[in-house]
Amino acid sequence: MTALEAPGQTLNAAALLARRPWGLYVAVGFAVLLLVAAVAPHLLTSRDPSALDYPAALQAPSLTHWFGTDESGRDLYTRVVFGAAISLPIGLGAAVVGIVLALLLGSTAALAPRFIGAAVDRLLEVMFAFPALLLALLLITVSGPSAISEVFAVGLGTAPGYARMVRGQIKAAKGAAYVEAATALGHSRSRIVRVHILPNALRPLVAVFALSIGQSIVWASSLSFLGLGVAPPSPEWGALLDAGRSYITVTPWLLVIPGLVVVAVSIAATTIGRHLQSRLERGDRA
Amino acid sequence: MTRTSFADAGTSAETEASPATAPTSFGRARSRAVARQIVRKAGSALVVLWGAATVAFFAQLALPGDRATVILNIRAGQAQLRTPAELAPIRAAFGLERPLIVQYLDYLRGLITGDFGNSYQQFRPVTAIIGEQLGATIALSLTAILFAWLLMVVWVTLTAGRGPRLTAFGSLTDVVVAGLPAYWLGILLLLVFALGLRWFPVLGGSGPEGLVLPALTLAIPLAGFMSQSTRAEFERALEQPFVLTARMRGMGDWGVRISHVLRHAALPAITLSGWALGATISGAVIVESIFSRPGIGSVLVAAVNAQDLPVVTGIVTLVAVFYVVVNLLVDVVHTLVDPRLVQS
Repeated sequence: MTALEAPGQTLNAAALLARRPWGLYVAVGFAVLLLVAAVAPHLLTSRDPSALDYPAALQAPSLTHWFGTDESGRDLYTRVVFGAAISLPIGLGAAVVGIVLALLLGSTAALAPRFIGAAVDRLLEVMFAFPALLLALLLITVSGPSAISEVFAVGLGTAPGYARMVRGQIKAAKGAAYVEAATALGHSRSRIVRVHILPNALRPLVAVFALSIGQSIVWASSLSFLGLGVAPPSPEWGALLDAGRSYITVTPWLLVIPGLVVVAVSIAATTIGRHLQSRLERGDRA
Repeated sequence: MTRTSFADAGTSAETEASPATAPTSFGRARSRAVARQIVRKAGSALVVLWGAATVAFFAQLALPGDRATVILNIRAGQAQLRTPAELAPIRAAFGLERPLIVQYLDYLRGLITGDFGNSYQQFRPVTAIIGEQLGATIALSLTAILFAWLLMVVWVTLTAGRGPRLTAFGSLTDVVVAGLPAYWLGILLLLVFALGLRWFPVLGGSGPEGLVLPALTLAIPLAGFMSQSTRAEFERALEQPFVLTARMRGMGDWGVRISHVLRHAALPAITLSGWALGATISGAVIVESIFSRPGIGSVLVAAVNAQDLPVVTGIVTLVAVFYVVVNLLVDVVHTLVDPRLVQS
């Protein structure tokens, strides 16, 4: 913006500036920061996440220890940064497992011959009757608590909801006018599915995937918090919370700060997901 | 906790897309159609329950290794090879020598009569273990749903359809709140209202004042989730002709919102009741752990830790039964209330 611009234009620019999706920028910035933390944690902290320093135990947040220290004097900020390398892959992995399962089940229910489709429909209803956390706990009972079972448990728990969505999207696309047109033009069924139905039905999944990463991180950290996932002394975010529980009356930040990080991740993922969603919807209309 | 609103968007789209034929005839034909519809829904609910029971049964076979050895090791808390003499009583007690199909049918018959099998660890019927703890969790769950409705109704009535800013703020709050992890919310409430302000006891306790914070922990995300669908419906209802009519009769804004719009807007949230019950019971797993409350959530966490599968599958199956039954009731009420849902 230059000084030569007419006042009216400046006003427009200001209005445009105000309409910028600042929330989205913050969310993307935070996501980039997390990626850096996961890939190269030493860029964000010079400390060691498991360095013990008993004289400095249970300190409140300060300039030297931004997030305070835990019962062994480990720096909580450093542990949260290093935790990203554990929590993010678990969340990402669970989201992938959930979406892939949902794709398989949802598209089979919508596209397979009637009797198979109906069977998968019933299966989805059965899965839906189990709340996600309980489905996850059932799997963990069998496989025992670990990062891997956390990934599959959370993926399995979230899959039925997404599968329903995939099924609904494909069914809606099947009834669309362009599919009718393609059928009238004599295109083969496999071509119609490949070229028309799947791309249109699955485009919204990009946004769902972003939402699901945030969701999965929350779920996985809940399992660790219950002591049924990654266990302390790992700096995984849920495990940090679990470890901080005994000190809730003395040092609440040991619980509040890792929890806040999870909440921030979930909000960032939701913001990005919603933005993608509305962009895709606008794209559909054009 | 909550599923994403996205996953649910699929569900509501589906319901809307289902062929809603106009009532073609009245009287007997209609009541016969309603009855047929209800029977059909009850039938598919039974199929879902059978499926859930089957999943529960086969999950019990999924632990690696010989089942009797596994049970004995879980009971003893240590893994080792067992002699046939040690295993024989376990085999007999759990009927493991019988063919699988017999065990399966026996399991199904047991479920119908309310027998969920025996705990590996405690050698007691699962029904007894659940029965002792179920009351506390149901009280928590129902209080949470009540709180969620109150919060949601007040919040939506205050903020929906109030100009772009307030509406945007309202719906943003819905989304953020719906995604809050129960453990974090619970800890914050505990820190602020129990440890800080000392309004409520720190440990659950058995009195009603001990129920408030745990129930709020479950209610706040649930309210955010229900608000999302209610808000959309509320804003749609505000545009309806009947609202204009009411306003023309001189009714004030609050009157219109509370006595006309809210009723229409509440429908999708009622549809979510079955899901909400399941969500609060599974949320109770986390909340009971934070507030050290007794309940089936704590039993479940202990059972998962000990790999006590009959207890885990018993609780999971019970929650599925709740979900299916409440959903069936909601469906039936809808069919009775809304004639468009009856397919001829």
